[in-house]
Amino acid sequence: MSEPVSAIQGRAASGNAKGLAIGLTDAGPQGMVTLRGDLSSPALAAAVQEAVGVSVPGTREANFAGGRGAVWMSPDELLLRLPYGDAPAATAAIGKALDGEHHLALDVSDARTVIRLTGEDVPEVLAKCAPVDLAPGAFPVGSARRTHMGQIAVAFWRIAETEWEIVALRSYGHHLYDWLAASAKPGGKVGVF
Amino acid sequence: MLLLTCPHCGVSGDETEFAPGGEAHLKRFGPGSSDGEFETYLFYRRNPKGVHFERWRHAFGCGKWFHAARCTVTMEVFGTYPADVTEPPAELVETIRAKRPEWEGF
Repeated sequence: MSEPVSAIQGRAASGNAKGLAIGLTDAGPQGMVTLRGDLSSPALAAAVQEAVGVSVPGTREANFAGGRGAVWMSPDELLLRLPYGDAPAATAAIGKALDGEHHLALDVSDARTVIRLTGEDVPEVLAKCAPVDLAPGAFPVGSARRTHMGQIAVAFWRIAETEWEIVALRSYGHHLYDWLAASAKPGGKVGVF
Repeated sequence: MLLLTCPHCGVSGDETEFAPGGEAHLKRFGPGSSDGEFETYLFYRRNPKGVHFERWRHAFGCGKWFHAARCTVTMEVFGTYPADVTEPPAELVETIRAKRPEWEGF
């Protein structure tokens, strides 16, 4: 079987002394499972715990532990994040656990590009790209948001103080990367935060 | 630019994150209705100057439909509510009445 590759094939950059303090890295092939169903159901909570080891996130939240996590996407949808190779088995296990309950679990690992953002100026960069309040305190660790950057739909979440992930559909990968890189260029700091 | 609050996910987002869906609370006339009723359902809209009820979808967000009440003159948004109702909630109507005493009502 051929090896999975990400859409932007390992592009990476980091801010220099004159630029913004931000690192941009292609996260590579990542496991992603879309799970739709009744998020208040105990069976679904157990299946999520089993698959990614975290509890079901609240509205616009993301729970992460040890590189696995669950992100709130809509009132009836979660995105589960796990290592690429684990996604097919996890999808099958969720299907088995929720058998008889109205739900949908689908392995969408190859559908999106995941870019990892690190550094203290990530809010500064994202705030230039998306209409989201990223002022200090407005987007604490564990927050998630679906929004848009120009015409493309994106979602991003804050895993730790200086660690973020942003996803977009696979074909937008290079566009997303170029946009973020341009926003993080030297001299690009707005400095409102 | 409108600022709308999605009642499903609580996001207070700007207009670019939402997609408009036309007038809200239309009564649908389908098979078995008269030509006149069907024409009304398809083409007749209120287009008021003032208080208006609209459908919106949080397209670049949670993807859910909701309703919004706003003023077409001042662009003031009176409130938003989920789309699974046939008329605006009573407290929203009260709010609008307080702000627009001349409004003829829903």
